[in-house]
Amino acid sequence: MKILIKNGIVVTDEYEKRQNVFIENGIVSRIEENYSADADMVLDADGLYVLPGLVDAHCHLRDPGYEYKEDIVSGTRSAAMGGFTSVACMPNTNPVADNKTVIRYIIDKANREGVVHVFPIGAMTKGLRGEELAEIGEMKEAGIVGVSDDGRCVENSSVMKKVMLYARMFNLPVICHCEDSRLSEDGVMNEGALSTEMGLRGISKAAEEIMIARDVILSKRFDVPVHICHVSTVLGVEIIRYAKRTGVKVTAETCPHYFTLTERACAGYNTLAKVNPPLRNEEDVEAIIRGLCDGTIDIIATDHAPHHMDEKNVEFDKAANGMVGFETALPLSYTVLVKGGHISMRELVRKMSTKPAEILGIDKGRLIEGKMADITIFNPNVDYQIDISKFVSKSKNSPFHGFHVSGKVVATIVNGRIVVKDGELVV
Amino acid sequence: MTINKKDILGIAELSRDEITSILDTASIMKRIIQSGDKKTNYLRGKTVLILFYENSTRTRVSFELAAKYMGADTININVSVSSVAKGETLVDTGKTLNSMGADVIVIRHNMSGAPHLLAKHVNASVINAGDGMHEHPTQALLDMFTIREYYKTLSGLKVAIIGDIYHSRVARSNIIGLAKMGAKPVIYGPATLIPPEIEKMGAKIAPTINDALYQADVVMGLRMQLERQKNALFPSKSEYARFFGINQVNLSLAKKDALWMHPGPVNRGVEMTSGVIDGFNSVINEQVTNGVAVRMALLYLLAGRENMKVSRHASGTVDIPVQEACV
Ligand SMILES: [Zn+2]
Ligand SMILES: [Zn+2]
Repeated sequence: MKILIKNGIVVTDEYEKRQNVFIENGIVSRIEENYSADADMVLDADGLYVLPGLVDAHCHLRDPGYEYKEDIVSGTRSAAMGGFTSVACMPNTNPVADNKTVIRYIIDKANREGVVHVFPIGAMTKGLRGEELAEIGEMKEAGIVGVSDDGRCVENSSVMKKVMLYARMFNLPVICHCEDSRLSEDGVMNEGALSTEMGLRGISKAAEEIMIARDVILSKRFDVPVHICHVSTVLGVEIIRYAKRTGVKVTAETCPHYFTLTERACAGYNTLAKVNPPLRNEEDVEAIIRGLCDGTIDIIATDHAPHHMDEKNVEFDKAANGMVGFETALPLSYTVLVKGGHISMRELVRKMSTKPAEILGIDKGRLIEGKMADITIFNPNVDYQIDISKFVSKSKNSPFHGFHVSGKVVATIVNGRIVVKDGELVV
Repeated sequence: MTINKKDILGIAELSRDEITSILDTASIMKRIIQSGDKKTNYLRGKTVLILFYENSTRTRVSFELAAKYMGADTININVSVSSVAKGETLVDTGKTLNSMGADVIVIRHNMSGAPHLLAKHVNASVINAGDGMHEHPTQALLDMFTIREYYKTLSGLKVAIIGDIYHSRVARSNIIGLAKMGAKPVIYGPATLIPPEIEKMGAKIAPTINDALYQADVVMGLRMQLERQKNALFPSKSEYARFFGINQVNLSLAKKDALWMHPGPVNRGVEMTSGVIDGFNSVINEQVTNGVAVRMALLYLLAGRENMKVSRHASGTVDIPVQEACV
């Protein structure tokens, strides 16, 4: 199969230029202005961006165990609709992905039925209990690209140190969900005026910041690179900025909701806006954007967290944490960050494709000749309202319904295979 | 005299005028209660469901009496022993009750926002009888009613609210309501029990209990949730009483005729000494009576209006159409 993508503006982390892209047998064989060759399919990308397929370093596919929320099939289709060609899924499944058997199951199922590349992340500790090391070496052999107890924090600093030292032997990034859960005290939203007014237990920003500081300190002391998940506060950004300045090998991510929404989204007990870490305040949103601008925050991840309606249509205290994210991530990021004048399109590509691949150590995220053809074509010129009923994900738990955004994924090509065309799934 | 609402979910949702209407209506209801023949027919043919997910004999009985005095049929549902145990969700329960034709659902729930969730899924009027740490609007209304009876107005009064503000829906509703009506709520309690940024709701935090009580027109104690002791929010009952308790000594800083209030039930000797609870200025028992009147007013305003016309004369006096409405 030969595909020619004509007249698009190719954006990589290095350049932005009108180029034609020719794909042969799943490989990008030519990137050249006005290049022409016989093709089985020609995609006219005039006025559109042609990007290296997006890489999500943090998502939840809920498979195995919670397939009623999402599974590898629906999750990867949803990812493809959002322009992601590779996703790294977290291990808080049931059973927990803390051993090679579950990892193999995920990889096999993704190879058989998935429509984008799936890279599992293994648990740091057995059962995500934060006590004993999981079989990280065996999971590495089975194909994990990192370790994380996401959803929970390894609170015992001694265990965390061992995780770091051990994961380093296998060259795996240590991916940290930072939360001092004793300090967050069963909180359900950001602690402040609104939690007081709504009578909901607040989660102090300190609960996140303390653990960011700890992990950064451990990283420094034991010389192990760490990756900080979903940064959401001013001080969190500042700690990472300081750490980077002093040479700590730390990278960080945030998610679109942390630079688009404040805690106000929870008003009226809107459980769709219940996430962990919780949505914060205006000054945090500004700090996250500044952190993205100056490179303190390296990447944008979705933390795609599907939940069934029944898990959200309950009292706020009882509602599950998380929102779906694949299908809104690029339009939100483009609208707020690029159209908002904060970062360039090249920088966005770096944060959503090149750099996440680099952090995970996977050979993705670059659109260059000779590499596997993972490509996203994005039309920046459409304005529309987000409609959750059109999501391909099994779950619709998004607070972004009705949001005005710009930019739509037109096509997603995975390994030279067209998965999304004209904005519709074709697989 | 109207309120423009399907539900009473919190004081926050009520305007100053609506609060005034409710309090005015409650004074009529209080006169009905005192008239001897309490039974009216304003809610004849209506069904009031009392749905409690949390025990509170006081509030439940108060609502039940209010509904009975208004001529409604009442049904008590104690959820802890029925459907929740079977895994039914609040939304399911609400839909079921709605199909059964409830006109008003009074709900008490241990989670903040539960009445709001219920209200979205039922046609019946929902009255919040206390939700989590959020609001307890009928308690605040009866407190404001009680204060207004004595002072004729709420405007300009210094109201000291002392105790566990963090867990208290009574405190939150009172702070919002009092501030809205022009009073000056001042709070005091252990720092571990003062929620963050509470000032934004309209309350001042006093630096000491003496500052809180000084020249207060009203002193309101809050119930200490002693079972929360295990969370180490304060060291001991005796230490609490020593530093945060209301006694006759520190009360002497308040105005001479200040009202002493408490939503009850009181932990004697912890939040208040017996001398205060049973003291001359204590209106704790009156609060209970007024509670029934306020709840009758709300039921009337939400569901019983079409059965009666209340008119206010230019002079400010109000007809009490007890006889006309009774059959
Ligand atoms: Zn997490
Ligand atoms: Zn996550």
